[in-house]
Amino acid sequence: MLLFAPEMNIKKRLLDSARMARAIRRMAIEIVEKNRGTDDLMIVGIRSRGVPIGERIAKEIEQMEGLPVPFGIIDITLYRDDLTTIAPQPVVKPTKLPEPIDDKVVVLVDDVLYTGRTVRAALDALIDFGRPKAVMLAVLVDRGHRELPIHADVIGKTVPTDAEEVIKVKLEETDGEDEVLIMEK
Amino acid sequence: MRTQTSALRSKDLLGIEPLSPEEITLILDTAEGFKEVSERPVKKVPALRGQLVINLFMEASTRTRVSFEIAEKRLSADTLSFSASGSAVEKGETLIDTAQNLMAMAPDMIVIRHKHPGAPKMLADRLPASIINAGDGAHEHPTQALLDAFTIREKLGRLQGVNVSIIGDISHSRVVRSNIHLLTKMKANVTLAGPPSLMPVQIERMGVRVVNSLNEAIEGADVIMMLRVQLERQGKLSFPSLREYYNTFGLTPERLRRAKEGVMVMHPGPMNRGVEIASDVADGPYSVILEQVTNGVAVRMAVLYLLGGAHMAE
Repeated sequence: MLLFAPEMNIKKRLLDSARMARAIRRMAIEIVEKNRGTDDLMIVGIRSRGVPIGERIAKEIEQMEGLPVPFGIIDITLYRDDLTTIAPQPVVKPTKLPEPIDDKVVVLVDDVLYTGRTVRAALDALIDFGRPKAVMLAVLVDRGHRELPIHADVIGKTVPTDAEEVIKVKLEETDGEDEVLIMEK
Repeated sequence: MRTQTSALRSKDLLGIEPLSPEEITLILDTAEGFKEVSERPVKKVPALRGQLVINLFMEASTRTRVSFEIAEKRLSADTLSFSASGSAVEKGETLIDTAQNLMAMAPDMIVIRHKHPGAPKMLADRLPASIINAGDGAHEHPTQALLDAFTIREKLGRLQGVNVSIIGDISHSRVVRSNIHLLTKMKANVTLAGPPSLMPVQIERMGVRVVNSLNEAIEGADVIMMLRVQLERQGKLSFPSLREYYNTFGLTPERLRRAKEGVMVMHPGPMNRGVEIASDVADGPYSVILEQVTNGVAVRMAVLYLLGGAHMAE
C-alpha cells in the first residue's frame, strides 16, 4: 500500500528502467531454476502492481523456455486484516486464475515486500481456490520490517529502509514509466 | 458508535433516491468483484468476519431473504433471520421495541422488509446499526433496482441512453420507484405502461415517459421489465379480470416480435405466469430473469461490504 503525503521528497532512485528490466529477467531465471523448469508453474500477480510485474516475468519465462506459462491475478481486498481500520476501502476486483491451482507451483508476485501482511492475505485467498503443490513468493523490492514470519524466495532488489521512508514503484503499464524511488518526508 | 468512513455517505441504504450517481456506480463496480466469489470452489471470503447481521422480514419474501442470507454467509458474517410470524411481533410488540431489543444484542447491520413505507428509516434514525431496506411498502426496494441495473450494465455495457420500458402495476410497485430513481440518475430513458387504474397521476414528474399501450412500450426498448400484478396489495382488482389483463398487458411471444433484436426481458419475481408474462417468454431466449437472481447475491454482497466492511473503530 502506497500513501503519499504531498511533502514527500525523492531520496534516491533505486532502479531505472534498464535495471528494472534486468532485475525482472533475473527473477524469471531464478524462478525457472528453483522449479527446475516450467512444469506445473503458474505465475499469480497480486493486485495491483504485482500484476504487471507478474506478467513481465511470465513473458520472460516464455521467451526463455519457449512455452507459455499460465498467468493469474489475485485480489486480496477481502482478506486484508486492516479492513476495519482503512478508509475508504479499496474497490473489490475479481480474482482471475487461468486454471485450477491444485498441484501447481504457484509463484505469487508483488512489487514491494514490507510487513508481510499483503502476502499473508494473498496466501489465505489462494488457499480458498485449492491446494497448490507449493507456493513461492517473488518480489521486485524487499525493504525489510517484517511483522509476520514471511520471506521471499526470489527478490529483484533488497534495500534496507527506515520505517518513515516509502518505496514508490512506478510501472509503464500503470504509471507511464519504469522506476523505483525511495521517498522520505 | 462507530464513525462511518466508507465511500457511501450514509450508514444505511434506505433507498435509491438519496444516492448519487457516483455511489450507484461504486456499488455496481464492487458487485462485479463479488460476482466472481460466487463462482469459486470455496464461495466465501472473510470480509465481514465477526459481524452480526440480523434479517428482519416482517413481510413474506423468499427470493430477497434467501439472497441476502447467501450474500451474508459468503462474506462470513454471522446471520440471524426472523419473520413476523412466530416472533414477539405476534404478541403485539411494536417495531421500535423489537428493534431496540435486537440492538441490545449489538448487530452491525439490520436488513429489514416491512409493509409500511418508512419503517427502515424509522430504525435508521434510532439505531446505530446500518439499516438496509429490503422493501418497504410501495416506497423503495433499492437492492432490486441495483441488481436490475447491474444485469443491464453487464449485458449492454452501459446504462446511459438505454431505453427501459417498465410495464404493469406501477402504483403498487416499490421496485418501479427504485428503478425510476436509479435509471433516471444514470441517464437511461424510462417508459412506463400499464392500466390507467394502476398508473399514478403525474408520474411523468419523475422524468419518465408514459405510453398507453404495451406495443408502444415494446417498440424501441432495449430492456422490457415486466412487473408482477400484486394481487395481495390491491384488495380488489383494479382491472376487470386477469384474462383481460393478460390480453392487454401480458407479454406474449407474438408481442415480443415487435421488439428490437436482442431485447432483454426482465421480471423482479415472483412471476404470475399467464398474467403479466407468458411462460414461453419467461423461459425464452431473451429472458434474463434467472441471471437477475444470480446477480442479486453479488449486488447484496457489495452493499453489505460497502456499509459494513470498512469502517473505523471508534
